[in-house]
Amino acid sequence: MLELRNVSFGVEDEGEKKEIIRDISLTVPDGALTVITGPNGGGKSTLARLIAGIERPHSGQIFLDGQDITDMSITDRARNGIGFAFQQPVRFKGIEVFDLIRLAVGRKISAADACEYLSAVGLCARDYIRREVNSSLSGGELKRIEIATVLAKSPRLSVFDEPEAGIDLWSFRNLIEVFEGMRRDIKNSSILIISHQERILNIADEIMVIKDGRLVNRGTKDEVLPLLMSTESAVRECTGINRRETAANA
Amino acid sequence: MLEMDEIQKRILSEVAGLHEVPEGAYNIRANGVSAGRASTENIEIIPREDGQGLTVKIKPGTKRESVHIPVVMTKSGIKEAVYNDFYIGEGSDVTIVAGCGIDNCGDQDSQHDGIHRFFVGKGAKVRYVEKHYGSGNGKGKRILNPVTEVFMEEDSTAEMEMVQIKGVDDTERTTKAELAAGAKLVVRERLMTHGNQRAISIYKVNMNGEGANADVVSRSVARDSSYQKFDAVLVGNAECQGHTECDAIIMDQGRILAVPGLEANNVDAALVHEAAIGKIAGDQLIKLMTLGLTELEAEEQIINGFLK
Repeated sequence: MLELRNVSFGVEDEGEKKEIIRDISLTVPDGALTVITGPNGGGKSTLARLIAGIERPHSGQIFLDGQDITDMSITDRARNGIGFAFQQPVRFKGIEVFDLIRLAVGRKISAADACEYLSAVGLCARDYIRREVNSSLSGGELKRIEIATVLAKSPRLSVFDEPEAGIDLWSFRNLIEVFEGMRRDIKNSSILIISHQERILNIADEIMVIKDGRLVNRGTKDEVLPLLMSTESAVRECTGINRRETAANA
Repeated sequence: MLEMDEIQKRILSEVAGLHEVPEGAYNIRANGVSAGRASTENIEIIPREDGQGLTVKIKPGTKRESVHIPVVMTKSGIKEAVYNDFYIGEGSDVTIVAGCGIDNCGDQDSQHDGIHRFFVGKGAKVRYVEKHYGSGNGKGKRILNPVTEVFMEEDSTAEMEMVQIKGVDDTERTTKAELAAGAKLVVRERLMTHGNQRAISIYKVNMNGEGANADVVSRSVARDSSYQKFDAVLVGNAECQGHTECDAIIMDQGRILAVPGLEANNVDAALVHEAAIGKIAGDQLIKLMTLGLTELEAEEQIINGFLK
């Protein structure tokens, strides 16, 4: 279980301190899929980065299974069971898909083992395993490989930062299946997804809404979704998504 | 059997991937003298009269054969210049593996200057691999100054892989090529310098015939206080295509100067250069750290991949 206690974070912007996360306390329970949603610029991705250790809170504490990980490095958090999928996956010259998956698993594996993770995200493993993780891969391909690295790590807590961003509709359908599969096999681990997408919100056990750096609502999807759909910001979000999907289909 | 000690054998495996006598034609030079040589029916290796080099003659039409000519130096204070000429017969398809390794445990400088000339016949295809390696704890420097000249006849192909990853203190590499019509030259250089090392790579490629094609690409990493200079000039004297690229990672107090140059003397010459120098991207390090690697391990993976 992940717990945030009174976490705050801000940045200096042209000499002015700008608060991005304001005194957030929440828990992400085991054996559940939790989705954090809310308007753009509300602090969702920053929260995900605080959990992975990429940013450090200015105040407050973060606990993983009761252990205080607030001052733990990215590496140590990863070794203690946190997996993180970037919103914009990183490209590398010369590093192959197989290398990334091998590093994620953390021990020597065969190409056949690595292929399983690629198949799980809907990529024809044979075509990708020896590809370089460079600009020759499309956004959708990179996104799926990013998710495969988190699957390969099999963390206790998987954090996905806007997995739907930048991918086409076909990839998106496949992505939902991947998350549905992960939801089925969740056992004692937990999944935290930052998302705007209704279909992802629909598979959530719990939805949390972050706005202006604060946790403004949380509950089951039946409790939160109707409220969310009736607010002005959600309408704006959904319109944006529809526009993106239309563009992706064009 | 080769008359070599264990250090020489270790260096031989670093530069040429050889553990024993290679198949095909070979000449292994250790501390200034030949430690073993063999010719084949199609490939003749003739020592020069002054002992300082070889003439390698490859018969026209020779296919899928190889020549190994590694050099190892394990005595401190040796300074030598070696002249090797390769005549690659028309229509042949061969691999030449050169390379030089220096182990200098003494206080005097060790220096090997290899001057290689390639005469690539019509339609011939040659793959040339040259690795440089240095080891040893002495104060003496390990110095390598290779000069490579490539004369390519019509429709010939040369692929050259130049690798220097470790331990060479000072190197000045000069490569010149003359390409006739339809000739294709591909150069892949991989370089890593550290400590106070200095590495200079100079390329000058003249594309003289219609349809000539040159692609010169360097990937390098400069660490500690090392210095690198990449100076590649492509000259288009006919309808031709040329591309040169320097892609470099800089670390610590390393310094890199990239000077790509293009000269078009014909309206149908199409020449492109690219150069990029920068430190390792922070998000690359972070991604690998989120997989459980330390920052140092992440850095190592990124560099290994980059230089692969």
